[in-house]
Amino acid sequence: MERKNNLMTWVDERLPVSSFIKNHLTQYYAPKNFNFLYFFGALAIVLFALQILTGIFLTMHYKPDALHAFASVEYIMRDVSFGWVIRYMHSTGASLFFVVIYMHMFRAIIYGSYKQPRELLWIFGVLIFLLLMAEAFFGYLLPWGQMSYWGAQVIVNLFATVPFIGPDLAEWVRGDYLVSDATLNRFFAFHVIALPLALAGLIFLHLAALHSVGSNNPDGIEIKQTKDKKTGIPLDGIPFHPYYTVKDLIGLTVFLIVFTAIIFFMPEVGGYFLEHNNFVPADPLVTPAHIAPVWYFTPFYSILRAVPPIFNSQFPGVAAMGAAVLILFIVPWLDKSKVKSIRYKGTLYKKWLAAFVLSFLILGYLGTVPSNIWGQIPNFIPILGGLDLATFVARVFTIVYFAFFVLMPFYSKKDKTKPVPKRVTS
Amino acid sequence: MSKKHNGFDKDRRKFLLTATAVTGAVGISVAGIPFITSMKPSEKAKAAGASVAVDTSKIEKGSLLTTEWRGQPVWILNRTEDMVKGLSKMETNLADPQLKVTSQQPKYCQNPTRSIKSDLLVVVGICTHLGCSPTAKLQPKGDMGDNWTGGFFCPCHGSKFDLAGRVYKGSPAPTNLVVPPHKYIDEKTILIGEDQKDEA
Amino acid sequence: MKKNSLIFAIFIFPFFIWNNSYAADGSFHLDNAKIDLNDQHSLQRGARNFINYCLNCHSANYMRYNRLQDIGLSEDEIKKNLLFTADKSGELMNISMDSVEAKKWFGANPPNLTVTARSRGKDWIYTYLRTFYIDDSRELGWNNLVYPNAAMPHVLWELQGTQVYEDNHLSLLKAGILSEQEYDQFVLDTTNYMVFMAEPAKLVRHKIGYFVIGFLVILLILVINLKREFWKDIK
Repeated sequence: MERKNNLMTWVDERLPVSSFIKNHLTQYYAPKNFNFLYFFGALAIVLFALQILTGIFLTMHYKPDALHAFASVEYIMRDVSFGWVIRYMHSTGASLFFVVIYMHMFRAIIYGSYKQPRELLWIFGVLIFLLLMAEAFFGYLLPWGQMSYWGAQVIVNLFATVPFIGPDLAEWVRGDYLVSDATLNRFFAFHVIALPLALAGLIFLHLAALHSVGSNNPDGIEIKQTKDKKTGIPLDGIPFHPYYTVKDLIGLTVFLIVFTAIIFFMPEVGGYFLEHNNFVPADPLVTPAHIAPVWYFTPFYSILRAVPPIFNSQFPGVAAMGAAVLILFIVPWLDKSKVKSIRYKGTLYKKWLAAFVLSFLILGYLGTVPSNIWGQIPNFIPILGGLDLATFVARVFTIVYFAFFVLMPFYSKKDKTKPVPKRVTS
Repeated sequence: MSKKHNGFDKDRRKFLLTATAVTGAVGISVAGIPFITSMKPSEKAKAAGASVAVDTSKIEKGSLLTTEWRGQPVWILNRTEDMVKGLSKMETNLADPQLKVTSQQPKYCQNPTRSIKSDLLVVVGICTHLGCSPTAKLQPKGDMGDNWTGGFFCPCHGSKFDLAGRVYKGSPAPTNLVVPPHKYIDEKTILIGEDQKDEA
Repeated sequence: MKKNSLIFAIFIFPFFIWNNSYAADGSFHLDNAKIDLNDQHSLQRGARNFINYCLNCHSANYMRYNRLQDIGLSEDEIKKNLLFTADKSGELMNISMDSVEAKKWFGANPPNLTVTARSRGKDWIYTYLRTFYIDDSRELGWNNLVYPNAAMPHVLWELQGTQVYEDNHLSLLKAGILSEQEYDQFVLDTTNYMVFMAEPAKLVRHKIGYFVIGFLVILLILVINLKREFWKDIK
């Protein structure tokens, strides 16, 4: 259609729309061997958009005031037309966001997607993960339930353990001597505007860094090294559009089925997505018997609890928890293996990876329960006698967790790798 | 590109694309419904804007009762026989005596007294100019001048309304005062906010 | 293959630690409350019970009276029989008792019960209302097995009768107006109503869910075929 061409040309003269579509969709080549684990990046973008959309509509009715916050959430659930759908979408989306992100990070770890030339891509990713945790933490205070309040109290008090500046720092974060209306209002500002903006910027950078070097793949082979001599197109590459747009539609639909099944049939997910105690309004005078963070923070919470006080300070525990996340930044430089993907790594590496995954899951579980859940180690055992069994197990797995990273330069070098083919498989 | 040229069935591809696109579009539209409807007045707003019942037996002949509905002042004027008789003589002074602007009163008040019962006027006490609340000047003459036969005077910009809430010619206000939906739930009680179903 | 089983294990893992328990301090065994949210008569009886017996000390001020239309009561029925603490059916189930005064009189402010069924769970409420017993050492003369040293007296004692707790055993000292079965049904209806009140949307979300997932399954079939059709081009 001639008219359409003219319109497109008019736009292209002023904004490079057609070339963008060409460079990033129709002539952007992705490896043809993407598997199930490659859905999660696209799903993460969808979830980000969903959280913002539902967040906007929640903000139309939510009141960020300690006296009204809890009631305003119930107002949304009952008095606002379909408010309950929007609320459940937001709470379910938050938890599923972490499921998706953990799967996304897992993919990067096992296929070596952090290795050269994708180190910066990985760094942006870890930054997004950090900001996402902050975003979730700030958001969780907003319903102003018992868990919201006391969870915030505990985490902000962690800042107080920082040597010298701790108590002042905690007071500055709270804006008050205790978690109060002042804290709620600023957490609202962070959650609704500051962090979403920062996240949007980082996600853009993450995608830009990805498109600069191209995607990795399950075989860890650089497809750009084998190009068609005439066209210059990677032999193992396929245009992202239409092939991966159409494949991602499947991923999206399956995700939506899980998403809506939760929203319409079990939005609380047994108390993991919406905690039971959070249906009690926040009471600064009543501490719940059992304070636990939301499930997606529990592995790190476990590490925090496992480290005993040293020199009367809880700060080492805080530092360990922080280190557990921050150590992710340097993974590209810890992995000395010649191969990227687990498919061509030896049993030594695979054992360490399995140990890491196991420790993450077990630490995660332990973070949801009180430390005395498994009773105590019998007193007659030297040194360990009397210690909570769960704490002992958490300590063991904390060591395994860190060992995975700290020892990586050694075992990844020693590991017997297999020869990597030139062309992708499966 | 002809069918099965590159080894792919063009028609099947087109069908699947269309089917998916249509289904997807339906899905997105339906998914949009909760968001759009969530912006409608909530149960809280509906409760606050609920109908107001008024007992008219307490209003003395010739006097005015002010009540509130949806945040607006609503006047109920118990007109005397003389007040009602005087309405038909006003026509030449009024901007819209025939009630041509029908949106200012419900169908059952599209009559010379702008009311269901000829004596009781129910009208929103907000000037149709810029929203001030006019002052009741129910007695003839007085500080309104010798030609004044009773009505309402808006102090902000000088708009005048008669005892049926009809606007005088020359007023800044363009239209008659609004008659809200209302009905009689018994002889003495008016419910403001709901329409009288059968025309009287 | 090993990697696939690893991924599978990760997904299955949550089901092994599925935690449906509410009272994490699980001291007293809770009876299973076999409520049926589709039983409108039970819900209506429960609403009557709640409004008559609970709504004088406890508020439920996130719940509007006219929401009772969801369980089959007409606006007229609500206005005539249930509108105790409000003038209009659109109003919230507030109470006039001041919370500060209440704390002085009872030792603790009777909490807002609107979402208690979501924080405590149905089994807790059902068991709690049936395990009050006489205890002279307590200020108001009552104690409770599920919530030891509760500040609440046994409001329903005339219906249940009075129980005593001796040798780890609850027994009925003096019978009330209702038989044990009738009282259990009374409490069951009330619990049923409280579950509805805690989340009125529960009555409709299942129905909507079936439609939504049905639609998505159709979309999934289309989208899988679309992908396979396009991917015929590859290799």
